[in-house]
Amino acid sequence: MTAATGTLLLRGGRVVDPAQGIDRIDDVLVRDGKVVGIGQSNEAADATIDATGLIVSPGLIDMHVHLREPGREEDETIETGTRAALAGGFTSVACIPNTEPPIDTQAAVEFIRQKAARADTCNVFVVGCVSRNREGKELAEIGRLVEAGAVAFSDDGAPVYDAELMRRAFEYCRMFDKPILAHEEVLELSRGGVMHEGLVSLVLGLTGMPAAAEEVMIGRDIALSEMTGGRLHVMHVSTAAGVALIRAAKTRGAKVTAEACPHHFTLTDEGLRGFDSNHKMSPPLRTAADIAGIIAGIVDGTIDCIATDHAPHAPEKKMLELDRAPFGILGLETAVGLTVTRLVSPGKIGWPRMIESMSTLPAQILGVDRGTLRPGAVADITLIDPAMEWTVDVKSFQSKSVNSPFNGWKLRGRAVAVIVTGLVKYRLGRG
Amino acid sequence: MTPSSFQSERVPAGWQHRHLLDLERLTGDEIRLLLDTAALFKEATDHCRRKLTVLTGSTVVNLFFENSTRTRTSFSLAARRLGADVVDFSASTSSLSKGESFIDTARNLEAMGIDAVIVRHSTPGTPHLLAQHLNVGVINAGDGPHEHPTQGLLDIFSIRERLGDLRGVTVGLVGDIAHSRTARSNLWGLLKLGAKVILCGPPTLVSERWRELGVEVSHDLDDIVPRCDVLNLLRIQFERQNTRPFPSVREYAHLYAMTSDRLTRAKPDLLILAPGPINRGVEMTAEVADCRHSLILDQVTNGLAVRMGVLWLTCGPREPAAARVNGHPVSDARNHG
Repeated sequence: MTAATGTLLLRGGRVVDPAQGIDRIDDVLVRDGKVVGIGQSNEAADATIDATGLIVSPGLIDMHVHLREPGREEDETIETGTRAALAGGFTSVACIPNTEPPIDTQAAVEFIRQKAARADTCNVFVVGCVSRNREGKELAEIGRLVEAGAVAFSDDGAPVYDAELMRRAFEYCRMFDKPILAHEEVLELSRGGVMHEGLVSLVLGLTGMPAAAEEVMIGRDIALSEMTGGRLHVMHVSTAAGVALIRAAKTRGAKVTAEACPHHFTLTDEGLRGFDSNHKMSPPLRTAADIAGIIAGIVDGTIDCIATDHAPHAPEKKMLELDRAPFGILGLETAVGLTVTRLVSPGKIGWPRMIESMSTLPAQILGVDRGTLRPGAVADITLIDPAMEWTVDVKSFQSKSVNSPFNGWKLRGRAVAVIVTGLVKYRLGRG
Repeated sequence: MTPSSFQSERVPAGWQHRHLLDLERLTGDEIRLLLDTAALFKEATDHCRRKLTVLTGSTVVNLFFENSTRTRTSFSLAARRLGADVVDFSASTSSLSKGESFIDTARNLEAMGIDAVIVRHSTPGTPHLLAQHLNVGVINAGDGPHEHPTQGLLDIFSIRERLGDLRGVTVGLVGDIAHSRTARSNLWGLLKLGAKVILCGPPTLVSERWRELGVEVSHDLDDIVPRCDVLNLLRIQFERQNTRPFPSVREYAHLYAMTSDRLTRAKPDLLILAPGPINRGVEMTAEVADCRHSLILDQVTNGLAVRMGVLWLTCGPREPAAARVNGHPVSDARNHG
């Protein structure tokens, strides 16, 4: 990532940096790609952005993104996916390794880093596979992957099915202090499923994926994490009982963190009544009670982060019968709007908690030097207009795919400028 | 509307749909209109034996992605009885095996100038997706375990023919409710016409959640038999089950097969329906299938009547104002989201 030279002043915004406990109207000065400090500045900067009325946040980090490259460039590429990230307000993404081939070698990590450098958009942190070739049989060369720059490990797309292998992975990752990002699903219980198992699936005659399929596996992985001392990060928690399991584990002091996705705190299984495959994702959209449980978990901190599980699929793949269409929903370009509209505007959480969940804590969990505006920090900064009302239009997305059920939704709150390493990489309306 | 006047009649204003996708989203009045129309056709065709010309010049396509003999034959015959041309298109002989998507396949058929597609598919909602993407009428002939609206209608037609008004009639649907599209279409149709519905079978095939729709759920056939006016014995769909939902066919038959012995405890004028094909010895014994209570052969004839009614309502001539809005044909896709 090229760093800026010179100074950039963000004037008069509401600066929110939970890592420092800061939430006040102030200026932020950036020099040579680093944060100089927060405070009234009389310096004549090389460039100034009037941030009046805007939230000035440490750059947002989406720790769950499928960039699809290598192997499925028809769905997304590193370049288009990271452009979508910028348009959504993210300065960093963590890319999940279920590509073809999966990211289980140093060469593969290096490929992603090279492609990301060439795209010159946002930061891309690489997640490596837990198991070799993502087959769930033996450990990938986790130490070598760490050397190459992998920040976490995951076989997402699928669970690490063999409990003994998961145990060894926890033990082994502990030596590098890296988390395992776990997709929690008992496959026998969800087999053939296309949606949440409930009254709606019953009426539609669609095979359901019961909440217990997720909860049983969360329970297993919490037990293995507590047994080994390994760090578990539960991905895309979608059920209220799953939140409760994580809350109980945290109360015991377990090394467990968790994320939830905007679609899981916004939509329910009722959305499948139109048989639209844009509502098909794994874990599935569940019930109003689950939404309440997830939001309560975000409010009390049981759910540490908001992540998108951005999962692009080319239109011709989604335009199939529901059971043949792939699981997945776009997330990057609607995450801020959905989070503000669903959580911040109604007063469920304040801006500090929102930014903690989308920047501070993802940085901490991944162990990357981002997520704060401390003096000397890398100047990754997101400017959000908290009051802007806008309409989602998939045709204007930077992503290569359009599989969003939110097309046409009116949302509140949008990133208007994104600064990466001191450089303005995105301004709304200016590409 | 009289039987002889179909030639000059238009589709009644009470029917605004271009498609028949499911019974869940129809009103009681619309279902009654479908049944009344079917009754007129049954009469006008002398019990479905005589041919009319009300759909002469129309072409309907049987687009079957799943095997079927009786439903496809019934639709073909119904269309021909109305004077329509019928084309059969089955997945095995099509380009689907070459990887073409079902929507592209259907669009190709549309481009050939057809008026309606009768679609059967193993995936719920496929007819609904076609209705959104095509500019022709779509009739659902069974979408996985979701719905089979003409089967539901013909079952209800057969009951209504014997009992008249369905209000207060108790209908037991017995067997593989989980995998049965017939059960779902019956359930919606019966509820909308005011019947009492009991779903009966083992908990692995009959979810307690059905109670949320206002139906009774029972796991004890002997308990419900004396209370039912109608029993609809649904086939066990072995082909749709991931894991077998009961230990053995023998045990299932012991608990849920309709037998002569159970018949002795039923109301004397009990009606027995079965959507077929029947697994004799599983859902019912051979004596029950052939007994005087059985409407199984009525159902087959009434299937033709119902399908004639459905084809006419979806393909027949409409009042210009009702048929076109802003120059575009009225589409159910809008209502069905």
